[in-house]
Amino acid sequence: MRARFVLSEVGIGLRRNLTMTFAVIVTVATSLSLLGFGLLSNAQVGVMKDYWYDKIEVSIYLCGDLSETPSCSSGKITIPQKNQIEQDLKAIPVVQNVYYESQADAFKRFQERFKDSAIAQNVTPDQLPESFRVKLKDPTQFAVIQSAFSGRPGVDVVQDQRAILEKFFRLLNVLRNGALFIGLISVLTAALLISNTIRIAAFNRRRETGVMKLVGASSFSIQLPFLLESIFSAIFGWTVALGLLSGFKVLVDQRVAPLLTFTRFFGWDAVWIASLQLLGVGLLVASLASLITLRRFVKV
Amino acid sequence: MIKFENVSKTYPSQERPALDGVNLEVAKGEFVFLVGLSGSGKSTFLRLVLKEENPTSGKIYVAGKDLSKLSGWKVPELRRQVGTVFQDFRLLPNKTIFENVAFTLHVLGYSQKEINREVPEVLELVGLEGYGDRRPSQLSGGEQQRVAIARAFVSHPAILIADEPTGNLDPTMSVGIMKLLDRINRTGTTVVMATHDSGIVDQMRKRVIELEGGLVVRDQVRGVYGYSG
Repeated sequence: MRARFVLSEVGIGLRRNLTMTFAVIVTVATSLSLLGFGLLSNAQVGVMKDYWYDKIEVSIYLCGDLSETPSCSSGKITIPQKNQIEQDLKAIPVVQNVYYESQADAFKRFQERFKDSAIAQNVTPDQLPESFRVKLKDPTQFAVIQSAFSGRPGVDVVQDQRAILEKFFRLLNVLRNGALFIGLISVLTAALLISNTIRIAAFNRRRETGVMKLVGASSFSIQLPFLLESIFSAIFGWTVALGLLSGFKVLVDQRVAPLLTFTRFFGWDAVWIASLQLLGVGLLVASLASLITLRRFVKV
Repeated sequence: MIKFENVSKTYPSQERPALDGVNLEVAKGEFVFLVGLSGSGKSTFLRLVLKEENPTSGKIYVAGKDLSKLSGWKVPELRRQVGTVFQDFRLLPNKTIFENVAFTLHVLGYSQKEINREVPEVLELVGLEGYGDRRPSQLSGGEQQRVAIARAFVSHPAILIADEPTGNLDPTMSVGIMKLLDRINRTGTTVVMATHDSGIVDQMRKRVIELEGGLVVRDQVRGVYGYSG
Protein backbone atom coordinates (compact mmCIF):
# COMPACT_ATOMS: atom_id res chain seq x y z
CA MET A 1 0.00 0.00 0.00
CA ARG A 2 1.16 3.49 -0.77
CA ALA A 3 1.80 5.91 2.07
CA ARG A 4 -0.64 8.44 0.71
CA PHE A 5 -3.48 5.92 0.62
CA VAL A 6 -2.72 4.80 4.20
CA LEU A 7 -2.61 8.40 5.40
CA SER A 8 -5.89 9.27 3.71
CA GLU A 9 -7.51 6.24 5.38
CA VAL A 10 -6.05 7.42 8.72
CA GLY A 11 -7.46 10.90 8.14
CA ILE A 12 -10.92 9.47 7.33
CA GLY A 13 -10.74 7.29 10.45
CA LEU A 14 -9.76 10.15 12.75
CA ARG A 15 -12.46 12.43 11.40
CA ARG A 16 -15.17 9.79 11.44
CA ASN A 17 -14.42 9.07 15.08
CA LEU A 18 -13.92 12.70 16.03
CA THR A 19 -15.33 12.64 19.57
CA MET A 20 -13.35 9.55 20.48
CA THR A 21 -10.22 11.03 18.93
CA PHE A 22 -10.76 14.14 21.02
CA ALA A 23 -11.22 12.05 24.18
CA VAL A 24 -8.03 10.14 23.49
CA ILE A 25 -6.06 13.34 22.90
CA VAL A 26 -7.36 14.93 26.11
CA THR A 27 -6.69 11.81 28.19
CA VAL A 28 -3.21 11.38 26.79
CA ALA A 29 -2.50 15.08 27.36
CA THR A 30 -3.63 15.05 31.00
CA SER A 31 -1.98 11.77 31.89
CA LEU A 32 1.32 12.74 30.30
CA SER A 33 1.15 16.15 32.01
CA LEU A 34 0.64 14.53 35.41
CA LEU A 35 3.49 12.17 34.73
CA GLY A 36 5.52 15.16 33.57
CA PHE A 37 4.86 17.02 36.82
CA GLY A 38 6.15 13.96 38.64
CA LEU A 39 9.28 13.94 36.52
CA LEU A 40 9.80 17.68 37.04
CA SER A 41 9.39 17.40 40.82
CA ASN A 42 11.96 14.64 40.67
CA ALA A 43 14.28 16.97 38.77
CA GLN A 44 13.55 19.68 41.35
CA VAL A 45 14.55 17.39 44.22
CA GLY A 46 17.76 16.65 42.33
CA VAL A 47 18.48 20.34 41.79
CA MET A 48 17.82 21.14 45.44
CA LYS A 49 20.00 18.26 46.63
CA ASP A 50 22.86 19.44 44.46
CA TYR A 51 22.39 23.00 45.64
CA TRP A 52 22.10 22.24 49.33
CA TYR A 53 24.46 19.31 49.62
CA ASP A 54 27.04 21.60 48.15
CA LYS A 55 26.50 23.99 51.04
CA ILE A 56 25.86 21.76 53.98
CA GLU A 57 28.44 20.68 56.45
CA VAL A 58 28.82 18.49 59.44
CA SER A 59 29.30 20.58 62.57
CA ILE A 60 31.33 19.22 65.44
CA TYR A 61 30.45 21.42 68.38
CA LEU A 62 33.14 21.53 71.01
CA CYS A 63 32.68 21.63 74.76
CA GLY A 64 32.36 25.09 76.26
CA ASP A 65 31.66 26.31 79.77
CA LEU A 66 27.95 25.75 79.36
CA SER A 67 28.01 22.28 77.75
CA GLU A 68 26.17 19.55 79.68
CA THR A 69 26.79 16.31 77.73
CA PRO A 70 28.78 13.55 79.54
CA SER A 71 31.73 13.91 77.17
CA CYS A 72 32.06 17.49 78.39
CA SER A 73 32.21 16.59 82.08
CA SER A 74 35.82 17.71 82.32
CA GLY A 75 34.84 21.21 81.23
CA LYS A 76 35.97 23.34 78.30
CA ILE A 77 37.97 21.59 75.56
CA THR A 78 41.74 21.83 75.85
CA ILE A 79 44.07 23.04 73.13
CA PRO A 80 45.77 19.60 72.64
CA GLN A 81 42.33 17.92 72.34
CA LYS A 82 41.36 20.48 69.72
CA ASN A 83 44.56 19.98 67.74
CA GLN A 84 44.14 16.21 67.88
CA ILE A 85 40.57 16.44 66.56
CA GLU A 86 41.65 18.65 63.67
CA GLN A 87 44.50 16.28 62.83
CA ASP A 88 42.21 13.24 62.95
CA LEU A 89 39.61 14.95 60.79
CA LYS A 90 42.13 15.75 58.10
CA ALA A 91 43.24 12.11 58.04
CA ILE A 92 39.75 10.84 57.13
CA PRO A 93 39.45 10.25 53.33
CA VAL A 94 35.84 11.44 52.88
CA VAL A 95 36.64 14.81 54.45
CA GLN A 96 37.05 17.48 51.84
CA ASN A 97 38.06 20.34 54.10
CA VAL A 98 37.88 21.39 57.70
CA TYR A 99 37.21 24.86 58.91
CA TYR A 100 37.53 25.95 62.50
CA GLU A 101 34.95 28.38 63.80
CA SER A 102 35.93 30.18 66.98
CA GLN A 103 33.45 31.65 69.44
CA ALA A 104 34.14 35.08 67.93
CA ASP A 105 33.38 33.76 64.41
CA ALA A 106 30.24 32.07 65.67
CA PHE A 107 29.15 35.34 67.28
CA LYS A 108 29.71 37.26 64.07
CA ARG A 109 27.65 34.77 62.06
CA PHE A 110 24.95 34.77 64.68
CA GLN A 111 24.74 38.54 64.62
CA GLU A 112 24.44 38.48 60.85
CA ARG A 113 21.76 35.88 60.72
CA PHE A 114 19.60 37.38 63.42
CA LYS A 115 20.40 41.02 62.79
CA ASP A 116 16.74 42.07 62.79
CA SER A 117 15.87 40.09 65.89
CA ALA A 118 16.06 41.07 69.53
CA ILE A 119 17.85 37.82 70.30
CA ALA A 120 21.09 39.21 68.84
CA GLN A 121 21.21 41.89 71.52
CA ASN A 122 21.22 39.36 74.37
CA VAL A 123 23.92 36.97 73.17
CA THR A 124 27.59 37.27 73.99
CA PRO A 125 30.45 35.40 72.24
CA ASP A 126 31.19 33.18 75.25
CA GLN A 127 27.66 31.72 75.14
CA LEU A 128 28.20 30.29 71.68
CA PRO A 129 30.12 27.05 71.11
CA GLU A 130 33.25 26.88 69.04
CA SER A 131 33.11 24.19 66.35
CA PHE A 132 34.73 22.43 63.44
CA ARG A 133 32.82 22.78 60.21
CA VAL A 134 33.53 19.71 58.14
CA LYS A 135 32.75 19.50 54.46
CA LEU A 136 32.47 15.97 53.12
CA LYS A 137 33.25 14.81 49.61
CA ASP A 138 30.10 12.72 49.78
CA PRO A 139 27.45 14.25 52.05
CA THR A 140 25.86 10.86 52.66
CA GLN A 141 28.96 9.60 54.46
CA PHE A 142 28.00 11.39 57.66
CA ALA A 143 28.09 8.20 59.76
CA VAL A 144 31.87 8.01 59.45
CA ILE A 145 32.28 11.33 61.24
CA GLN A 146 29.51 10.55 63.68
CA SER A 147 31.10 7.30 64.86
CA ALA A 148 34.59 8.75 65.03
CA PHE A 149 33.86 11.88 67.06
CA SER A 150 30.55 11.53 68.84
CA GLY A 151 31.14 11.03 72.58
CA ARG A 152 34.83 11.81 72.36
CA PRO A 153 36.11 13.90 75.28
CA GLY A 154 35.92 17.59 74.40
CA VAL A 155 33.25 17.02 71.71
CA ASP A 156 29.80 18.21 72.66
CA VAL A 157 27.56 17.27 69.74
CA VAL A 158 28.12 16.09 66.16
CA GLN A 159 25.39 17.55 64.02
CA ASP A 160 24.57 16.73 60.39
CA GLN A 161 22.83 19.61 58.66
CA ARG A 162 21.61 17.13 56.10
CA ALA A 163 19.27 15.66 58.69
CA ILE A 164 17.33 18.91 58.70
CA LEU A 165 17.14 18.95 54.91
CA GLU A 166 16.16 15.30 54.75
CA LYS A 167 12.79 16.06 56.29
CA PHE A 168 12.18 18.60 53.59
CA PHE A 169 13.30 16.23 50.88
CA ARG A 170 11.09 13.53 52.28
CA LEU A 171 8.12 15.84 51.87
CA LEU A 172 9.16 16.60 48.31
CA ASN A 173 9.54 12.89 47.61
CA VAL A 174 6.02 12.22 48.82
CA LEU A 175 4.73 14.91 46.48
CA ARG A 176 6.77 13.50 43.60
CA ASN A 177 5.62 9.94 44.24
CA GLY A 178 2.04 11.13 44.41
CA ALA A 179 2.33 12.90 41.06
CA LEU A 180 4.02 9.88 39.48
CA PHE A 181 1.43 7.50 40.90
CA ILE A 182 -1.53 9.52 39.68
CA GLY A 183 0.30 10.00 36.39
CA LEU A 184 0.79 6.27 35.94
CA ILE A 185 -2.83 5.52 36.76
CA SER A 186 -4.03 8.04 34.25
CA VAL A 187 -1.63 6.67 31.66
CA LEU A 188 -3.28 3.31 32.27
CA THR A 189 -6.66 4.97 31.79
CA ALA A 190 -5.42 6.43 28.53
CA ALA A 191 -4.28 2.97 27.42
CA LEU A 192 -7.72 1.50 28.15
CA LEU A 193 -9.42 4.36 26.34
CA ILE A 194 -7.18 3.88 23.31
CA SER A 195 -7.98 0.18 23.36
CA ASN A 196 -11.73 0.82 23.50
CA THR A 197 -11.51 3.47 20.80
CA ILE A 198 -9.86 0.95 18.53
CA ARG A 199 -12.51 -1.63 19.32
CA ILE A 200 -15.21 0.83 18.29
CA ALA A 201 -13.27 1.93 15.23
CA ALA A 202 -12.68 -1.69 14.23
CA PHE A 203 -16.40 -2.38 14.58
CA ASN A 204 -17.32 0.75 12.62
CA ARG A 205 -14.97 -0.19 9.85
CA ARG A 206 -15.61 -3.92 9.68
CA ARG A 207 -16.80 -3.48 6.09
CA GLU A 208 -13.53 -1.88 5.03
CA THR A 209 -11.39 -4.38 6.89
CA GLY A 210 -13.54 -7.20 5.53
CA VAL A 211 -13.01 -5.99 1.96
CA MET A 212 -9.30 -5.49 2.62
CA LYS A 213 -9.03 -9.07 3.83
CA LEU A 214 -10.97 -10.24 0.82
CA VAL A 215 -8.67 -8.64 -1.71
CA GLY A 216 -5.58 -9.94 0.06
CA ALA A 217 -4.32 -7.15 2.28
CA SER A 218 -1.77 -8.36 4.81
CA SER A 219 -2.77 -8.14 8.44
CA PHE A 220 -0.09 -5.48 8.94
CA SER A 221 -1.59 -3.22 6.29
CA ILE A 222 -5.08 -3.75 7.71
CA GLN A 223 -3.91 -2.86 11.20
CA LEU A 224 -1.58 -0.04 10.22
CA PRO A 225 -4.24 2.70 9.86
CA PHE A 226 -5.63 1.89 13.34
CA LEU A 227 -2.15 1.89 14.82
CA LEU A 228 -1.27 5.18 13.14
CA GLU A 229 -4.50 6.74 14.36
CA SER A 230 -3.70 6.05 17.99
CA ILE A 231 -0.08 7.09 17.51
CA PHE A 232 -1.16 10.38 15.92
CA SER A 233 -3.62 11.00 18.76
CA ALA A 234 -0.90 10.21 21.29
CA ILE A 235 1.56 12.58 19.62
CA PHE A 236 -1.09 15.29 19.55
CA GLY A 237 -1.82 14.72 23.25
CA TRP A 238 1.89 14.83 23.97
CA THR A 239 2.19 18.19 22.23
CA VAL A 240 -0.54 19.55 24.49
CA ALA A 241 1.26 18.12 27.54
CA LEU A 242 4.50 19.71 26.35
CA GLY A 243 2.71 23.06 26.18
CA LEU A 244 1.34 22.61 29.70
CA LEU A 245 4.73 21.69 31.12
CA SER A 246 6.42 24.63 29.39
CA GLY A 247 3.70 26.90 30.77
CA PHE A 248 4.38 25.45 34.21
CA LYS A 249 8.09 26.15 33.82
CA VAL A 250 7.42 29.78 32.82
CA LEU A 251 5.06 30.13 35.79
CA VAL A 252 7.73 28.78 38.16
CA ASP A 253 10.36 31.13 36.74
CA GLN A 254 8.21 34.24 36.79
CA ARG A 255 5.98 33.78 39.82
CA VAL A 256 7.51 31.21 42.18
CA ALA A 257 11.27 31.70 41.85
CA PRO A 258 11.25 35.40 42.90
CA LEU A 259 9.38 34.43 46.09
CA LEU A 260 11.50 31.44 47.07
CA THR A 261 15.03 32.71 46.74
CA PHE A 262 16.59 30.12 49.06
CA THR A 263 16.87 27.55 46.30
CA ARG A 264 17.37 27.15 42.59
CA PHE A 265 14.73 25.63 40.37
CA PHE A 266 14.86 23.01 37.62
CA GLY A 267 16.02 24.35 34.25
CA TRP A 268 14.65 24.01 30.74
CA ASP A 269 16.88 21.00 30.24
CA ALA A 270 14.76 19.13 32.79
CA VAL A 271 11.65 20.08 30.81
CA TRP A 272 13.14 18.76 27.55
CA ILE A 273 14.35 15.54 29.14
CA ALA A 274 10.95 14.97 30.74
CA SER A 275 9.26 15.69 27.38
CA LEU A 276 11.35 13.11 25.60
CA GLN A 277 10.58 10.55 28.28
CA LEU A 278 6.88 11.41 28.02
CA LEU A 279 6.99 11.04 24.24
CA GLY A 280 8.51 7.61 24.74
CA VAL A 281 5.85 6.65 27.26
CA GLY A 282 3.07 8.01 25.03
CA LEU A 283 4.25 6.16 21.92
CA LEU A 284 4.87 2.96 23.82
CA VAL A 285 1.49 2.97 25.54
CA ALA A 286 -0.40 3.88 22.37
CA SER A 287 1.35 1.21 20.29
CA LEU A 288 1.03 -1.51 22.89
CA ALA A 289 -2.63 -0.79 23.60
CA SER A 290 -3.35 -0.72 19.86
CA LEU A 291 -1.43 -3.84 18.94
CA ILE A 292 -2.91 -5.90 21.75
CA THR A 293 -6.43 -4.76 20.83
CA LEU A 294 -5.86 -5.25 17.10
CA ARG A 295 -4.62 -8.78 17.64
CA ARG A 296 -7.96 -9.58 19.18
CA PHE A 297 -10.34 -7.57 17.05
CA VAL A 298 -8.84 -7.23 13.59
CA LYS A 299 -7.87 -10.71 12.56
CA VAL A 300 -7.04 -11.85 9.05
CA MET B 1 -6.26 -24.75 -10.25
CA ILE B 2 -8.29 -26.09 -7.33
CA LYS B 3 -7.82 -29.62 -6.04
CA PHE B 4 -9.51 -31.29 -3.07
CA GLU B 5 -8.07 -34.61 -1.89
CA ASN B 6 -10.35 -36.50 0.47
CA VAL B 7 -11.26 -33.29 2.27
CA SER B 8 -13.49 -33.39 5.35
CA LYS B 9 -14.54 -30.51 7.52
CA THR B 10 -16.38 -30.82 10.80
CA TYR B 11 -17.17 -27.62 12.70
CA PRO B 12 -16.43 -27.76 16.42
CA SER B 13 -20.04 -27.37 17.55
CA GLN B 14 -21.48 -29.93 15.12
CA GLU B 15 -21.46 -33.68 14.91
CA ARG B 16 -22.15 -34.14 11.22
CA PRO B 17 -19.33 -33.06 8.88
CA ALA B 18 -20.05 -30.12 6.59
CA LEU B 19 -17.85 -31.74 3.96
CA ASP B 20 -17.26 -35.47 3.99
CA GLY B 21 -14.33 -36.89 2.03
CA VAL B 22 -14.62 -34.62 -0.99
CA ASN B 23 -12.40 -35.34 -4.01
CA LEU B 24 -12.55 -32.99 -6.95
CA GLU B 25 -10.42 -30.98 -9.29
CA VAL B 26 -11.12 -27.78 -11.18
CA ALA B 27 -8.78 -27.13 -14.11
CA LYS B 28 -7.45 -23.77 -15.19
CA GLY B 29 -9.97 -21.78 -17.20
CA GLU B 30 -12.97 -23.91 -16.22
CA PHE B 31 -16.39 -22.57 -15.34
CA VAL B 32 -17.97 -24.58 -12.54
CA PHE B 33 -21.40 -24.34 -10.90
CA LEU B 34 -21.59 -25.52 -7.34
CA VAL B 35 -25.19 -26.47 -6.55
CA GLY B 36 -27.01 -27.99 -3.63
CA LEU B 37 -29.44 -27.12 -0.88
CA SER B 38 -28.61 -24.80 1.97
CA GLY B 39 -26.32 -26.62 4.36
CA SER B 40 -25.05 -28.98 1.67
CA GLY B 41 -21.49 -27.71 2.09
CA LYS B 42 -21.20 -25.11 -0.72
CA SER B 43 -20.17 -22.26 1.57
CA THR B 44 -17.74 -24.48 3.47
CA PHE B 45 -16.15 -25.42 0.15
CA LEU B 46 -15.64 -21.75 -0.76
CA ARG B 47 -14.34 -20.86 2.70
CA LEU B 48 -11.80 -23.66 2.50
CA VAL B 49 -10.57 -22.43 -0.90
CA LEU B 50 -9.93 -18.99 0.65
CA LYS B 51 -8.36 -20.57 3.74
CA GLU B 52 -10.90 -18.83 5.95
CA GLU B 53 -11.24 -22.27 7.48
CA ASN B 54 -8.87 -25.22 7.64
CA PRO B 55 -10.03 -28.73 6.77
CA THR B 56 -10.31 -31.32 9.53
CA SER B 57 -8.58 -33.80 7.23
CA GLY B 58 -7.46 -34.04 3.62
CA LYS B 59 -5.43 -31.81 1.36
CA ILE B 60 -6.38 -28.71 -0.60
CA TYR B 61 -4.36 -27.17 -3.42
CA VAL B 62 -5.24 -23.74 -4.79
CA ALA B 63 -3.25 -22.06 -7.59
CA GLY B 64 -0.45 -24.56 -7.07
CA LYS B 65 -0.21 -24.04 -3.33
CA ASP B 66 -0.71 -26.70 -0.68
CA LEU B 67 -2.91 -24.78 1.75
CA SER B 68 -1.97 -26.95 4.73
CA LYS B 69 1.61 -25.76 4.29
CA LEU B 70 0.64 -22.12 3.81
CA SER B 71 1.55 -20.12 6.91
CA GLY B 72 -0.82 -17.48 8.21
CA TRP B 73 1.08 -14.48 6.94
CA LYS B 74 1.05 -15.91 3.41
CA VAL B 75 -2.73 -16.23 3.28
CA PRO B 76 -3.11 -12.68 1.87
CA GLU B 77 -0.94 -13.76 -1.03
CA LEU B 78 -3.37 -16.59 -1.75
CA ARG B 79 -6.34 -14.26 -1.59
CA ARG B 80 -4.73 -11.94 -4.14
CA GLN B 81 -5.02 -14.77 -6.65
CA VAL B 82 -8.64 -15.45 -5.82
CA GLY B 83 -11.22 -12.76 -6.52
CA THR B 84 -14.46 -13.04 -4.55
CA VAL B 85 -18.00 -11.86 -5.18
CA PHE B 86 -20.88 -12.22 -2.72
CA GLN B 87 -24.63 -12.14 -2.77
CA ASP B 88 -24.64 -8.91 -0.72
CA PHE B 89 -22.06 -7.06 -2.91
CA ARG B 90 -20.06 -5.78 0.11
CA LEU B 91 -19.28 -2.39 -1.37
CA LEU B 92 -18.00 0.50 0.76
CA PRO B 93 -20.91 2.97 0.94
CA ASN B 94 -18.72 6.01 1.70
CA LYS B 95 -16.57 5.59 -1.36
CA THR B 96 -17.37 6.26 -4.99
CA ILE B 97 -17.57 3.46 -7.53
CA PHE B 98 -14.10 4.37 -8.77
CA GLU B 99 -12.69 4.31 -5.21
CA ASN B 100 -14.38 1.00 -4.46
CA VAL B 101 -12.72 -0.66 -7.42
CA ALA B 102 -9.44 1.17 -6.83
CA PHE B 103 -9.45 -0.06 -3.22
CA THR B 104 -8.15 -3.48 -4.31
CA LEU B 105 -5.33 -1.90 -6.26
CA HIS B 106 -4.44 0.45 -3.38
CA VAL B 107 -4.23 -2.50 -1.04
CA LEU B 108 -2.01 -4.34 -3.49
CA GLY B 109 0.29 -1.33 -3.78
CA TYR B 110 -0.46 -0.17 -7.34
CA SER B 111 0.64 3.36 -8.23
CA GLN B 112 -1.95 6.07 -8.85
CA LYS B 113 -1.02 6.04 -12.53
CA GLU B 114 -1.69 2.32 -12.84
CA ILE B 115 -4.95 2.74 -10.92
CA ASN B 116 -6.06 5.52 -13.24
CA ARG B 117 -5.45 3.20 -16.17
CA GLU B 118 -6.84 -0.08 -14.79
CA VAL B 119 -10.04 1.09 -13.09
CA PRO B 120 -11.75 2.73 -16.10
CA GLU B 121 -10.79 -0.28 -18.18
CA VAL B 122 -12.46 -2.76 -15.84
CA LEU B 123 -15.47 -0.45 -15.37
CA GLU B 124 -15.89 -0.53 -19.12
CA LEU B 125 -15.60 -4.34 -19.10
CA VAL B 126 -18.49 -4.63 -16.61
CA GLY B 127 -20.51 -2.06 -18.54
CA LEU B 128 -20.30 0.80 -16.05
CA GLU B 129 -18.19 3.33 -17.93
CA GLY B 130 -18.96 6.82 -16.66
CA TYR B 131 -20.28 5.55 -13.31
CA GLY B 132 -16.99 6.23 -11.47
CA ASP B 133 -18.18 9.27 -9.52
CA ARG B 134 -21.40 7.75 -8.21
CA ARG B 135 -21.94 6.12 -4.84
CA PRO B 136 -23.15 2.53 -4.41
CA SER B 137 -26.50 3.76 -3.04
CA GLN B 138 -27.22 5.47 -6.38
CA LEU B 139 -26.92 2.18 -8.27
CA SER B 140 -29.34 -0.70 -8.83
CA GLY B 141 -28.57 -4.12 -7.33
CA GLY B 142 -27.37 -5.44 -10.67
CA GLU B 143 -25.08 -2.46 -11.13
CA GLN B 144 -23.73 -2.83 -7.60
CA GLN B 145 -22.92 -6.47 -8.30
CA ARG B 146 -21.09 -5.39 -11.45
CA VAL B 147 -19.00 -3.05 -9.30
CA ALA B 148 -18.24 -5.93 -6.94
CA ILE B 149 -17.18 -8.07 -9.88
CA ALA B 150 -15.04 -5.23 -11.19
CA ARG B 151 -13.39 -4.96 -7.79
CA ALA B 152 -12.73 -8.70 -7.66
CA PHE B 153 -11.40 -8.82 -11.22
CA VAL B 154 -9.43 -5.57 -11.50
CA SER B 155 -6.22 -7.22 -10.30
CA HIS B 156 -6.75 -10.11 -12.76
CA PRO B 157 -6.82 -12.99 -10.27
CA ALA B 158 -6.39 -16.55 -11.52
CA ILE B 159 -9.63 -17.66 -9.88
CA LEU B 160 -12.94 -15.90 -9.38
CA ILE B 161 -15.24 -17.25 -6.70
CA ALA B 162 -18.85 -16.13 -6.72
CA ASP B 163 -21.15 -17.07 -3.83
CA GLU B 164 -24.75 -16.70 -5.01
CA PRO B 165 -23.93 -13.59 -7.06
CA THR B 166 -27.45 -13.44 -8.51
CA GLY B 167 -29.21 -14.27 -5.24
CA ASN B 168 -30.45 -10.72 -4.72
CA LEU B 169 -31.15 -9.88 -8.35
CA ASP B 170 -34.14 -10.19 -10.63
CA PRO B 171 -33.86 -12.54 -13.65
CA THR B 172 -32.98 -9.88 -16.26
CA MET B 173 -30.20 -8.50 -14.10
CA SER B 174 -29.02 -12.03 -13.41
CA VAL B 175 -28.63 -12.73 -17.10
CA GLY B 176 -26.42 -9.67 -17.43
CA ILE B 177 -24.24 -10.81 -14.53
CA MET B 178 -23.91 -14.29 -16.02
CA LYS B 179 -22.87 -12.84 -19.37
CA LEU B 180 -20.24 -10.83 -17.54
CA LEU B 181 -18.93 -13.85 -15.62
CA ASP B 182 -18.83 -15.80 -18.85
CA ARG B 183 -16.81 -13.02 -20.48
CA ILE B 184 -14.39 -13.02 -17.55
CA ASN B 185 -14.10 -16.81 -17.83
CA ARG B 186 -13.17 -16.43 -21.51
CA THR B 187 -10.13 -14.34 -20.51
CA GLY B 188 -8.74 -17.54 -18.94
CA THR B 189 -9.96 -16.94 -15.40
CA THR B 190 -11.26 -19.98 -13.56
CA VAL B 191 -14.76 -19.27 -12.25
CA VAL B 192 -16.45 -21.19 -9.44
CA MET B 193 -20.01 -20.10 -8.76
CA ALA B 194 -22.23 -21.39 -5.97
CA THR B 195 -25.89 -20.91 -6.83
CA HIS B 196 -29.52 -21.84 -6.25
CA ASP B 197 -30.61 -20.42 -9.57
CA SER B 198 -31.67 -23.42 -11.65
CA GLY B 199 -32.60 -21.31 -14.66
CA ILE B 200 -29.12 -19.97 -14.98
CA VAL B 201 -27.44 -23.34 -14.56
CA ASP B 202 -29.70 -24.96 -17.14
CA GLN B 203 -29.10 -22.17 -19.61
CA MET B 204 -25.30 -21.96 -19.31
CA ARG B 205 -24.65 -25.71 -19.69
CA LYS B 206 -21.36 -25.65 -17.80
CA ARG B 207 -19.82 -28.21 -15.47
CA VAL B 208 -22.07 -28.78 -12.44
CA ILE B 209 -20.93 -30.15 -9.11
CA GLU B 210 -23.74 -31.00 -6.75
CA LEU B 211 -23.20 -31.33 -3.03
CA GLU B 212 -25.58 -33.04 -0.64
CA GLY B 213 -24.88 -33.48 3.05
CA GLY B 214 -21.20 -32.79 2.51
CA LEU B 215 -20.81 -35.35 -0.27
CA VAL B 216 -20.30 -34.81 -3.99
CA VAL B 217 -23.37 -36.54 -5.41
CA ARG B 218 -22.91 -35.40 -9.00
CA ASP B 219 -20.14 -34.00 -11.17
CA GLN B 220 -21.35 -33.46 -14.68
CA VAL B 221 -19.83 -31.77 -17.70
CA ARG B 222 -22.33 -29.44 -19.43
CA GLY B 223 -24.80 -30.23 -16.69
CA VAL B 224 -28.12 -28.85 -15.54
CA TYR B 225 -29.44 -27.84 -12.13
CA GLY B 226 -31.75 -30.74 -11.26
CA TYR B 227 -31.26 -34.43 -11.63
CA SER B 228 -31.40 -35.27 -15.28
CA GLY B 229 -30.90 -38.93 -14.76
